[in-house]
Amino acid sequence: MQESDGKRMQWVSHMVRIRDDRDQAAFAALFAHFAPRVKGFLMKSGADASLAEECAQEVMATCWHKAHMFDPARASVATWIFTIARNRKIDVLRKQRRPEPEDLAWGPEEEPDQADVMAMQQESEQLGQAIAELPEAQRELIQKAYFGDLSHSEIAAQTGLPLGTIKSRIRLALERLRHAMK
Amino acid sequence: MEQKITHHLTDEILMGYAAGTLPEAFNLMVATHVSLCDECRARVESYDAVGGAVLEEAPDHDMALAPGSFAATMALIAGGAPEEICTQHPQDAVLPQPLQDYAGGGIDSIKWRAVGMGVKQAILPTSKDASARLLYIPAGAAMPDHGHHGIEMTMVLQGAFQDDDDYFARGDVEVADSDLHHTPVADIHEDCICLAVTDAPLRFQGLLPKIAQRFARI
Repeated sequence: MQESDGKRMQWVSHMVRIRDDRDQAAFAALFAHFAPRVKGFLMKSGADASLAEECAQEVMATCWHKAHMFDPARASVATWIFTIARNRKIDVLRKQRRPEPEDLAWGPEEEPDQADVMAMQQESEQLGQAIAELPEAQRELIQKAYFGDLSHSEIAAQTGLPLGTIKSRIRLALERLRHAMK
Repeated sequence: MEQKITHHLTDEILMGYAAGTLPEAFNLMVATHVSLCDECRARVESYDAVGGAVLEEAPDHDMALAPGSFAATMALIAGGAPEEICTQHPQDAVLPQPLQDYAGGGIDSIKWRAVGMGVKQAILPTSKDASARLLYIPAGAAMPDHGHHGIEMTMVLQGAFQDDDDYFARGDVEVADSDLHHTPVADIHEDCICLAVTDAPLRFQGLLPKIAQRFARI
């Protein structure tokens, strides 16, 4: 296992400690890493510094309150925090509701398999590396798309993202979840 | 979950949903389709993962926080979780949860308005950059022939429709751009109910539908 894989698993265990023990030290570490990123993301998306600061604090507080909703067999912690930040952006900057799909969640008695969690975290790491290795121009285009600087029709030509393996991994997690929900 | 969905959403729409850059009506289409389609749910969540990678590696990842930021966040947390206006609707055979949120309940609570030739519609409240409506097409009836300026997506919720050589059943989405003139015809076995979203007003061919369009806002 590479060191960075360990990093992602470490964030997962921080989330578990926040969820189960309301562990403030774990939350402080998560905050130190992700709060500046969330603030930067929101400023790139058009928020001024004070609004981005306020929203970043709200996003991190949501991570605490909704720790039980995080499913490490389906996403990395960075991905999960991204979705919370994105929803806040739509709410505050675009002043719209965000329709979400019907919920799929593990029941109180069930947990995802640890091997599935490891595999998902490694897959996330590899996706991050693959994106980092893209040509500069293409990587910038992807960033622009997520900061909201490109419309969906402008990203139509956006291909070459290596998403096949992570999609299969998520598909597998969804099947296990469907099975557990029966 | 439904099986055998054969007509899915496009990558650009799914990526736009993950990035949070679509009009609200399009988001409603994605949320509704994904509620019935695990294949597209996995694709959306892959695009979420791209967002996670962008967040992790963004050029501004070391943005300075305000002094006292962490303490302020802990104070927010101590104030308790904000109350969520999250109504869990009873399961409905036709409308998945996100649609029930916009329709204000199940299929029986829809206030339909006739738009001519037996077709009825109900406009859903979304932001103005695109529109969403439910369509009710009697079994065997055709929608008026129409083309459009922008993107139109139509998803079957009940019954089925045929458009040229393609057959669309519950969960299937037809994505049409401005080049496509199409005439969906509802399957004969059951009245067809669809969710239709578009980012431009529809253009109907022929006089009668045009007049109907003025009054019915379609």
